[in-house]
Amino acid sequence: MIMAPHRPFPVFSRILHWTMAVLVLAMLFIGIGMVSSVSAYHQLVAIHKPLGILVLVLVAIRLVNRLVNPPPPLPEGMPAWQRVAALGSHVLLYVLMFAVPIVGWAMLSAARYPVVLYGALQLPPIMPQSPELFAVLRETHTVLALLLFATFLAHLGAALMHALIFRDDVFPSMTFWGLRERAATASGGRADGAAAPALAKSE
Amino acid sequence: MSEDPGASSQRYRLPSLSDRGALVRLAVIGASVLAIAVCFAFVGGWLSPGRLGEARFVDRFEQVNGGAHPGFRRNHAKGVCIAGSFESNGQGVRLSKAAVFAPGRVPVTGRFSLAGGQPHVADGPTAVLAMALRLRPPSGQEWRTAMIDIPVFLVRNGEGLYEQLLATQPDPKTGQPDPAKMAAFTAAHPEFLPAIQLVKSTPSPSGFANATFNGLNAFRFVNASGAVTPVRWSMAASDPFTPQTPEQGKNPDKNYLFDDFIARVARGPVQWHLLLTVGQPSDPTSDPTLPWPAERERVDVGTLTINHVETEAPGNCRDINFDPLVLPAGIEPSDDPILSARSATYSQSFTRREGEKKTPSAVQVPVGKGS
Repeated sequence: MIMAPHRPFPVFSRILHWTMAVLVLAMLFIGIGMVSSVSAYHQLVAIHKPLGILVLVLVAIRLVNRLVNPPPPLPEGMPAWQRVAALGSHVLLYVLMFAVPIVGWAMLSAARYPVVLYGALQLPPIMPQSPELFAVLRETHTVLALLLFATFLAHLGAALMHALIFRDDVFPSMTFWGLRERAATASGGRADGAAAPALAKSE
Repeated sequence: MSEDPGASSQRYRLPSLSDRGALVRLAVIGASVLAIAVCFAFVGGWLSPGRLGEARFVDRFEQVNGGAHPGFRRNHAKGVCIAGSFESNGQGVRLSKAAVFAPGRVPVTGRFSLAGGQPHVADGPTAVLAMALRLRPPSGQEWRTAMIDIPVFLVRNGEGLYEQLLATQPDPKTGQPDPAKMAAFTAAHPEFLPAIQLVKSTPSPSGFANATFNGLNAFRFVNASGAVTPVRWSMAASDPFTPQTPEQGKNPDKNYLFDDFIARVARGPVQWHLLLTVGQPSDPTSDPTLPWPAERERVDVGTLTINHVETEAPGNCRDINFDPLVLPAGIEPSDDPILSARSATYSQSFTRREGEKKTPSAVQVPVGKGS
């Protein structure tokens, strides 16, 4: 049972993952771009606010989905430190995907900026008006967003390590093509018949 | 199905140096991660120190105002809070679906201020006066606007304003801007000289109460049927205009403009008419240095009444950013680049001052005098 998963993420989980991957990365780039260019500021900030709320809604759906449709287990051969790193970085990603938009909404509330989503649609404040609170939350928003970007880079690097170096089932379990083919091979008998000789050869 | 556990844990080691293929793949991974990090740094401006971001812009404001004045706005630093209401007459509905133009009364808070970044500057005859407002209809469709009492803006984009700040800064030796710097600036921004001529030919009002404040930037007004009209707006004083005189500048009271207004409110409410200037397709919307033709239709859409004035304090106008792009549905930004530059720099100024220790404002409304 070494090559454990053989089971991809549920289709809905994969759709959520890739949708949010695009949205979160776009949000990080929009966020860092809007504070570094006065000419692009307004157009970017007008996208940033509603998109941030969309990320918050999606991550809430995603957390519920994760509890209902648990992800496949990690391959059994993975060393303990890699398992701990995988678990820790995923917990951090979830925490930050909640925290960054909530802190953004809270800081706008403390400053009494209206949180306009689109046209006449806007959200209520979730904080009392407070200059001190705003200053702290504004700084926190930036620090957490940079931490989210760093965690994303680590996540991407680890995913590519699984795909290109370890060559296990972790990466294909999140794609829309990888594991289905393997499952077809597996029905013939050995699940990882193709991977094992390749590994032996590389050693 | 069982496999040698040793072979499996081998899988999770880094490839050996002899495995060229694996090393190439490892390099591809490193390059991919690095490429995204570099793109992020580029978008964030770390690789282009010349890009004009809000932090650099506000640094310039601090530079020309003798450093940062903690707790105060980096521009329009000296001011006082005002409050009252806006009574819409319904005439604006044909131009905009914004709730504030529906017939009825909307509560207003706001701020009077002087242009410039020095919170304790003395009032004077050349001061540019400003009115900032926050109109809050019960529906929550808030509208913020910040207007000044000159007829046109002096530059047509953020870079222009950034350079103007330094070029027009008086030389400490002569008290005048450095002629060489001015010449270089006006050559790079030819819109400045005609605009400043227009400003100088317009008499300054003797006080806040008889000043007419102009929004300067164009906006897109969208009505209920979706029709878009370019609009500029003004708050035209009901008090009769009297020009500022050089004698006023000799007033020993360093806050005479503000104190006059406090006294004026104590005598009774002060009113302005909100005039919407209806632009034609040929009128420039992207350049606030160009006036629109004088014969353009002006629609009086309602009356602003200010009946209260108070010292800047926690939770009042002091802690509000009068960002000109806080707009209700029915008013949208035009293609004027100054709008985004204002929004960005106001935001940066707000972020800086809200985290700083506050000291009392220059303008203090005597107890019982604010009405």
